[in-house]
Amino acid sequence: MTYNLILAGVGGQGILSIAFVIDQAALAEGLYFLQSEVHGMSQRGGAVQAHLRLSETEIHSPLIPQGEADLILSVEPLEALRYFSYLKPDGVVISSRSPYINIPDYPPVEDIYREIKRAPVSLLVEADKLAKEAGSLRAENMVVLGAASVYLPLREENFKNFISVLFQTKGDKVVNTNLKAFDLGRQAAKGEF
Amino acid sequence: MEKIILLGDEAVALGAIHSGLNAGYSYPGTPASEVMEFLIRQSDGGRKYVAKWCVNEKVAMEEALGASYAGQRAMVSFKHVGLNVAADPFINAAVTGANGGLVVVSADDPGFHSSQNEQDSRYYADFARVLCLEPASHQEAYDLTREAFDLSEKFGLPVMIRLVTRLAHSRAPVVIREAAKKNRDLKYGYSPDWTLLPANARHRYQVLLKLQEQLKDYAEGCLFNRFSPAQNGSRLGVVATGLAFSYFQEIYPRLDFGPAFLKISTYPFPEKKLLELIDQVDEIIVIEEGYPFVERFIRGVAGIPGKIIKGKMDGTIPASGELTPEIVAGALGLSAKTGLSTGNFQLPARPPQLCSGCPHGDTFQALNEALHGYDRANVFSDIGCYTLGALPPYKAIQTCVCMGASVSMAKGGAEAGVYPSVAVIGDSTFTHSGLTPLLDAVYSNTDMTVIILDNGTVAMTGAQPSFGTGEPLDRMLVGLGVNKDHLKVINPLPKNHQLNTGIIREELAYHGLSVIIARRECIQILGDKKRS
Repeated sequence: MTYNLILAGVGGQGILSIAFVIDQAALAEGLYFLQSEVHGMSQRGGAVQAHLRLSETEIHSPLIPQGEADLILSVEPLEALRYFSYLKPDGVVISSRSPYINIPDYPPVEDIYREIKRAPVSLLVEADKLAKEAGSLRAENMVVLGAASVYLPLREENFKNFISVLFQTKGDKVVNTNLKAFDLGRQAAKGEF
Repeated sequence: MEKIILLGDEAVALGAIHSGLNAGYSYPGTPASEVMEFLIRQSDGGRKYVAKWCVNEKVAMEEALGASYAGQRAMVSFKHVGLNVAADPFINAAVTGANGGLVVVSADDPGFHSSQNEQDSRYYADFARVLCLEPASHQEAYDLTREAFDLSEKFGLPVMIRLVTRLAHSRAPVVIREAAKKNRDLKYGYSPDWTLLPANARHRYQVLLKLQEQLKDYAEGCLFNRFSPAQNGSRLGVVATGLAFSYFQEIYPRLDFGPAFLKISTYPFPEKKLLELIDQVDEIIVIEEGYPFVERFIRGVAGIPGKIIKGKMDGTIPASGELTPEIVAGALGLSAKTGLSTGNFQLPARPPQLCSGCPHGDTFQALNEALHGYDRANVFSDIGCYTLGALPPYKAIQTCVCMGASVSMAKGGAEAGVYPSVAVIGDSTFTHSGLTPLLDAVYSNTDMTVIILDNGTVAMTGAQPSFGTGEPLDRMLVGLGVNKDHLKVINPLPKNHQLNTGIIREELAYHGLSVIIARRECIQILGDKKRS
């Protein structure tokens, strides 16, 4: 079993925090994994992505080939579309509905939703609303992770353990906000399918 | 067997720590910064070993060399273009030789992710005639760094570790081994080998030349170089170096023919093993990240009679850009899968841009307005977040070449007749390589204006410390001889726009050297402070 996922968003939206949680959960479950990421100039408000590959056997390529991603997890709808060419014919797209508009030619958001829904399986999560409900708009990334967790070959408690580890230095309140954001995202996805 | 998750950069850093590292030095630069970030985090505030950011890569290389002469294990790390800055001590360190293990980590950036070129550090190692090790995986990044320290002491030479972005900036579990004991006592004293007077240098260079045979022997026996003969009568041979081998390894089980292959992880590369492979096959495919370094050696001028050689030089693999699984699969005759298409939907690009509230944006607006009406102006700039000022909406700067070049180019431009001739440079880039050209401009009182964007940090690479910021920067400038009447400090805020534009305009009009410091803290740093 090899499970390929693409994490997408805009620099500053917490893509690497999502990657941290999945990586640690994968290690805890004894899986092999490789996860590429973006640093430096591209992080400044630009499109960012990470390729993340989980496997029961050893893997070597840090990049996912075109057409072989099982899932696109995006914290921004336009960014979800950017990596469609990587998606398997039966791939899944989980994206936040909330657009991050920092370019002048951002397309009408309804057009973006329509395109995303062309994927065989797709879910647009109300990440902004649910993050606010959890206690902070900054937790949108954990809402989307929660929604995607329904599909990922990892156990729920491991996601939660490492969300706690990730935020522990910031205090209990931040930890609980992010755990709640994860739960709300997960419930939203379960309600949908 | 302990497994921990590490970036490629961090695997190198941990390999160094477990080799009994005494001192690490670096200047930030993508994709190498995380080597030093990790060393600093693990150093217990410098109590376990020295781990320091330096003012530039040349200084970092020389500090590491000084530690090596003192018998200590030292490592210096930087991005590939940082090696240009450190080239002088790097090349000459190969002639003097190392005492304590000296490892030079150079991280190349195929694909221009965050760099102005995609130069290949293997040429530098070859040029200096030192050993270069190129890991194919995170595990090898850790293991080869440990090997590098031993080899450096065995041969008495610096050893290079060459990384590429995709390895430096990906994470994977790494199995770690027991750390070597740190028992490097200071070895006081000196060697005439370190004084490169021509007579000593001639002698040392002969030593270096003689060592080449030993380096080749090492390469031949090194277990990280792996030859596998052809299966099922295949007449194809694959030569893959470093990370390129990992792409090949992933595809290998999908091939219904069993090509011979040679994995290369050292330079010099194992020539005998390569000849063995060539002997078995009719066609050779060379896969490498960066330049066609090995491919050029194999092809020579005349090629190999009766053999077909494929790689970057015949277009089988693109000559530029990083490797991808599709490129490697395509070179081996496999067709790529196609994913979903977004059809006619136009996807706008989302390039990086200055943060909302960034001080540089306010400076660029004021500068653009101050320059209005001049038709022979040039704004020479430099390397940092502010290079994004070349893009809309600002379009405020016109050059980005190498660290510190803005100041020297503004002087050259001014002397060629450009007016106003403006240099725009960040505080850390200024102390890296802008001080010396500014001294040149002071000496000539060149008719130019230097704007130093002092945001107090090395912002683009993750907020490392700046060596010349705030009041000490002002004193540095006065010390260099900048005329106090034309040394101005502005606070780049929207509310100060008119005032700042006026000050810049005044200094542009002054026919002599002016320096304007645009001083406001990086908005990212300010945000982090407010949150914590």
